[in-house]
Amino acid sequence: MKVIKIDKTEWTGGIDKSRAKYLLFGPVKDKDVQNNERYIFKQLSADQFPDMEASDTVLSPKGTVFPQTEKMLQVSLDPSVPDHHIMKRVDTDYSPRAVIGIRPFDAKALTLVNLNFDTKDYRDPYWCDAYQATTFVGLAVNKPSQFDFSTSMGSSPFGEEGLDVLLVDNGSEFLAKVITDKGQSFLDAAGFNKSADESSAQKIEELKAAAEKAVAAKVGTDNLTKRTILELHEAPFWNDIAFAYINCGTCTFVCPTCWCFDIQDETKGKSSTRFRNWDSCMFPLFTLHGSGHNPRGEKVQRVRQRFMHKLKYFLDKYDKGTMCVGCGRCVQSCPVNIDIREVCNIMNNYEPKK
Amino acid sequence: MDSLTKKIREIASNILKEGKVEMVIGFTQGTIPMTSKPYMARTPEQTENFIWDRHCTLNLANYITGRKEKIGIIAKGCDSRNIVNHIVENKISRDQLYIIGVPCTGMADKHNPDELRDNCATCTHRNPVIFDIMAAEPVEEQKLDDPFADVKAIEAMDKDAKWGHFQDLLSNCVRCYACRNACPLCYCPTCFVDESAPQWVGKGQNKTDIQTFHFLRAFHCAGRCTDCGACEAACPMDIHVRAFTRKLNKDALDLFGWEAGLDMTKRPPLDTFNPDDPNDFIK
Amino acid sequence: MENPYMPYPVRIDDIEIATEDKSLKTFKFVFLNKEDEEKFAHKAGQFAELSIPGQGEIPIGIASSPTEKGFVKFTVFKTGVVTSYLHNMKVGDIMGIRGPLGNWYPWDKLEGKNVVIIGGGFAFTTLRASIVYMLDPANRSKFGKIDVVYGARSPGMLLYRDELYEWEKRDDINMHITVDSTNDPSWKYNVGFVPTVVGQKAPKADPDTFAIVCGPPIMIKFTQPALESLGYGQNQIIMSLENRMKCGIGMCGRCNIGKELVCKDGPVFTLEELNKTPREY
Repeated sequence: MKVIKIDKTEWTGGIDKSRAKYLLFGPVKDKDVQNNERYIFKQLSADQFPDMEASDTVLSPKGTVFPQTEKMLQVSLDPSVPDHHIMKRVDTDYSPRAVIGIRPFDAKALTLVNLNFDTKDYRDPYWCDAYQATTFVGLAVNKPSQFDFSTSMGSSPFGEEGLDVLLVDNGSEFLAKVITDKGQSFLDAAGFNKSADESSAQKIEELKAAAEKAVAAKVGTDNLTKRTILELHEAPFWNDIAFAYINCGTCTFVCPTCWCFDIQDETKGKSSTRFRNWDSCMFPLFTLHGSGHNPRGEKVQRVRQRFMHKLKYFLDKYDKGTMCVGCGRCVQSCPVNIDIREVCNIMNNYEPKK
Repeated sequence: MDSLTKKIREIASNILKEGKVEMVIGFTQGTIPMTSKPYMARTPEQTENFIWDRHCTLNLANYITGRKEKIGIIAKGCDSRNIVNHIVENKISRDQLYIIGVPCTGMADKHNPDELRDNCATCTHRNPVIFDIMAAEPVEEQKLDDPFADVKAIEAMDKDAKWGHFQDLLSNCVRCYACRNACPLCYCPTCFVDESAPQWVGKGQNKTDIQTFHFLRAFHCAGRCTDCGACEAACPMDIHVRAFTRKLNKDALDLFGWEAGLDMTKRPPLDTFNPDDPNDFIK
Repeated sequence: MENPYMPYPVRIDDIEIATEDKSLKTFKFVFLNKEDEEKFAHKAGQFAELSIPGQGEIPIGIASSPTEKGFVKFTVFKTGVVTSYLHNMKVGDIMGIRGPLGNWYPWDKLEGKNVVIIGGGFAFTTLRASIVYMLDPANRSKFGKIDVVYGARSPGMLLYRDELYEWEKRDDINMHITVDSTNDPSWKYNVGFVPTVVGQKAPKADPDTFAIVCGPPIMIKFTQPALESLGYGQNQIIMSLENRMKCGIGMCGRCNIGKELVCKDGPVFTLEELNKTPREY
């Protein structure tokens, strides 16, 4: 296992060097008009650096690969233009980019979303081209937040799934664990090439053990495979869980594994664009038929759908664990404090009456 | 546990035992520190889960819209005004409700829990305006010299600065609709943003579409908003959406002498016509 | 792999008003590029997304059989933004088709078997594709007896009327055409709801007979018990579902029933498979 040592004094220089080969994305501090401070993931301008002290962002970095609004096809509706009414793919820049400072649970989330967009029958070119053009330089989480429950959901503050490089903050330096060739290319482009000594591997393991121990919340998932879909679906606890719920899309928008989208056509003058937006299974419109029939017209049905999808349908369909990586953003942002950790425990402890 | 929580539990338990109501709506402790969660008790035992503290920031009137049961509801000043509004707008009838009034000295700000929320700092209706029983003695109402100072500050901006201010205000909106859904006034079966024939507003992250949503929603709440702050409490991006509804509240007061939710016998000004209504916009 | 969101350009070649109240029209589309037609090569039971630039897309069952070359046919009910726009389009207009999408009726499993086709209202589209496919001289000998029960509210609301009456005359297919009610004294066929006619006219079950059912939820609700009392087992009843769709390729996530996506794992399911899923359709 190769570990590179990056003195923090060399960090900004290396990042600057990497800009020659990569578009950079990372967390930066943002102050809004109310003077509220928060961190957001965005494309870095030529003089911006990723903030490696950033706390968790409200929105996950899934937007770097899957923008909230993304153009797909365009067409001219002008009959005098040749090829009118024939749709064409929009030109998007897929030159190499690097997302720096992404948390391990967010990187793992993208590997789960990949299962949806890259299948043996179809490949979504927009998502896949962006994902494949991206190098993920993750930052291990030495001090997990109170909302982190990644160790219960198949991830970890020091997880490596979905990452090309794992940076570990070791005080005056970063220890960079090289995971893939893509990661190596990034480190080369940044000029980070000092090998760390043998003690570094040990140090990483120590920090990892401490971080995993510090994850306070534990959630049970071992019984979820034992129940059938119908047993959990027909369980009596959903009405109680759903009472407080207000049908907004907050959890789905902040969640790194949520991928559902809507497709819309918008026309201006004689030219039209087909694009997609993040959509949410929590909205009543999500499943509304043209006839007016709505299979999930009641709010309890939608609440149940979200948790069943995350914790059961995905689990059964792909056999890769649940569709939740334990980042805790939904818990933090939900206006009515619907807590997936609580719901997961209820589902996990459920014993159907025989 | 403080005496107010104890009293609320006691009253709730009694009205359930006496069969006065089938359910009581209040708050319970959230799963993370300094949060609360809307909660419905159907049995006297379940009323032990009610709490009341400075983090009960949502508006419970949101949960009674269109229900058919007899409902007990714990209401602070602003919530009670929304209940009046619901009654006027036929979303619930007075005899379905048993209102447990709670005088309120203000809720904590989401990010600075030692401070009062913005809307609580300018609140002039801390005591419930309608109730069947009060859980505590009324508190003194605030006397404010200039309750709309914040609105006047924006009105005083020049045109470009004002527009820039509104653009910045809404730049982080992700169209999650938490504000709309937490608001008791927003009960349209199909919201205007979800209409497709005709489609009024685009669904993407286009700035104009985002602004249209917020401006139009504010107008739909004009003359009905009680400034309860549930919209801001719900917003995950901490957007000051009340900037627009406060302006319209000020206009309702200046133009029609109107404050929402104070009188069960009167309909809001945009619902009615009076020959004396201000009409200097007709030139 | 090709971009699955890119429609094949097509031209409207013919428009027929399919029902007397004009709420349904049958559209015949021709591919602008010959090689697209070859790539399209669908199977009876599949659907496609009809794509109108500037308006949107709608998932519609393919009404033409793969044995009908040179065109594809769809029958569309006018109900919303895109379908209303489509109803106002003219022969010669250009639009797009994405597909074929979804799975198809299990033709491999049905070889050598008897098939009972049951349809109601305007859900008959993929059933027409199936009947034309089976009756094609190259295919007819592959199947045993074919029975069809198809009903609509009134004679003028039956789809593909001329073809129905032609099939009725044939001796290699048993047609049981029905209407809910009619004042027409010259109506020659059955009068009664589809589930009732199924009970009266459909063949009793045996291990070699399968039923394909496609119709509005209310028809399916009452047809199921009728079939069960004739002895059909859950894996002998094949259904075609519908749901709100956008991508049609199993990615946007909205058309799921439990862990199955109607656009990709369906729309064709056996009753046995459906009974294992939540009833959210």
